[in-house]
Amino acid sequence: MARATREAYGDELIRLVQENPKVVVLDADLAGSTNSGRAAKYAPERFFDMGIAEANMIGVAAGLAASGYIPFASSFAMFCTGRVWEQIRNSLAYPGLNVKIVGSHSGISVGEDGVTHQAIEDIAIMRDITGLAVYAPCDQWETKAVIRHVMEENGPCYIRLGRAKVDDVFDENKEFDIRKVNVVRKGTAAAVFCTGLMVQMTLKAAEILKEEGIDITVVDVCAIKPIDKEGVARILGEYDKIFTVEEHSITGGLGSAICEVACSTVPRIVHRLGMFGFAESGEWQQLLHEYKLDGEGIAEQIKGYLEMKSATETE
Amino acid sequence: MDYEALRKIANDVRINIVKMVSNAKSGHPGGSLSAADIVTFLYFNVMDITAENAGTLDRDRFVLSKGHASPLLYAVLAEKGIIPKEELLTFRILHTRLQGHPDMNEFDGIDMTTGSLGQGLSAAVGMSLANKLDGNDHRIYCLVGDGESEEGQIWEAAMAAAHYKCDNLCAIIDWNGLQIDGKIEDVIGPAPFDTKFEAFGWHTINVDGHDFAQLEKAFAEAKTVKGKPTCIIAKTIKGKGVSFMENVADWHGKAPNAELTAVALKDLGGE
Repeated sequence: MARATREAYGDELIRLVQENPKVVVLDADLAGSTNSGRAAKYAPERFFDMGIAEANMIGVAAGLAASGYIPFASSFAMFCTGRVWEQIRNSLAYPGLNVKIVGSHSGISVGEDGVTHQAIEDIAIMRDITGLAVYAPCDQWETKAVIRHVMEENGPCYIRLGRAKVDDVFDENKEFDIRKVNVVRKGTAAAVFCTGLMVQMTLKAAEILKEEGIDITVVDVCAIKPIDKEGVARILGEYDKIFTVEEHSITGGLGSAICEVACSTVPRIVHRLGMFGFAESGEWQQLLHEYKLDGEGIAEQIKGYLEMKSATETE
Repeated sequence: MDYEALRKIANDVRINIVKMVSNAKSGHPGGSLSAADIVTFLYFNVMDITAENAGTLDRDRFVLSKGHASPLLYAVLAEKGIIPKEELLTFRILHTRLQGHPDMNEFDGIDMTTGSLGQGLSAAVGMSLANKLDGNDHRIYCLVGDGESEEGQIWEAAMAAAHYKCDNLCAIIDWNGLQIDGKIEDVIGPAPFDTKFEAFGWHTINVDGHDFAQLEKAFAEAKTVKGKPTCIIAKTIKGKGVSFMENVADWHGKAPNAELTAVALKDLGGE
């Protein structure tokens, strides 16, 4: 069933506020869009709309956490990361307060709103903050598993969600270990690490490539920080052709995280697929196509690199 | 505690502020000295914090939003027996628990990590909401710098506190009139504070921040105000108590040398 990760977040939040009286929900006037507002019906006294004032929302969340509550603070990924980076660093991460920041509408797949609303740097800037965990689930089941996982961890985190309805990669019976990478398709030609919506797109690319005789391994990386260093290194050791795909700038995000593991474990040339600059307005699927991040585009890019590489090898 | 005893404690706090900053050869004496009477009064005559309950949430709490006045907070917590007095001179020195700006994980009595201006009042609003959810009577106090109110986040927090009827929250503006670049009125001019906060939905009280009788009356009045937060606007003298620091912006974030430290301590009747 196609369901947006932000919708799955809303589902899980409804369960959480009923189960745990310490869970509080904050939003910055986007509670309908992020889906956090759906929990308000079940615990109205623990839902706080902070209005269009994200900096204050982070600070208020800090104060609630310092008082023993577990705040989930949501907005669009752009506004609950970039706009409030320093508040997150100094008021949440430095004191290690137990606040869960959940950013929906991440990446270029937010679509028509355009560049001002397309967070393509959020993973990079959140990943660099000491003590802040970063997760980017790909479907509804992984999203719910992430929410359950962060409830077990006492500390701040950032969860990156999407606007678009996406196909299931997993099913409801999947038993997740959120800390580990997930091999979702096994092939031989190359290993492709991907995250969020790019897992579905890379799986589509894998089908296209298969028809051309190229069989790739697809690895879903939900926990971008702390990253499953062992799992990544093991896969790096099994393949010599490595790719990363993210709906994010190619600097500082998943690609960089994989390169960091590679340079200290199994050195590999890593081809990073993602955004090389600002995008523009457009329907989200057309945007992914334009920036070669749909199944077709990813397949084309991977094939291009592989052909380049085999040409070099035969010279 | 009577005013005479409070005056003695506030003076000892000022002596320790000078000694800490001088010993560290860095820190912020001006804005620590300006608020010394306010914070001493709060900890000894208003808040119910003790060395015994400091590690719990079952008490009033204080957020030093102007975190650079850390020497003041540390010196007062030392007078309360929460921070060992012998640790005061480790302020800002490698491996100290008394970081340049307050770290809540170092001592139970430090209620919030602050230092980046404009953020503490938001945290105080969060604490106020938590107390309301818990249904307790504990109050949250938050000291905001006058220059700090130039941060937009202060006004985001002010809006939220009024919207959520945070009547268990009391902010105090340390209106010493100076910031690093000079007189606040010359730099950007955030005054008037009373009508601004009133427009944001707060109850306001103007006081002389060095007059215990006025502070006592203001804090008592704040406790009776229902349905809205209170802001006490305290007129103070930056560098209060040290002759050469009083009303001189340059002493915002500078340590006195040995010679001037001796003068400062003499002013305060210390050694």
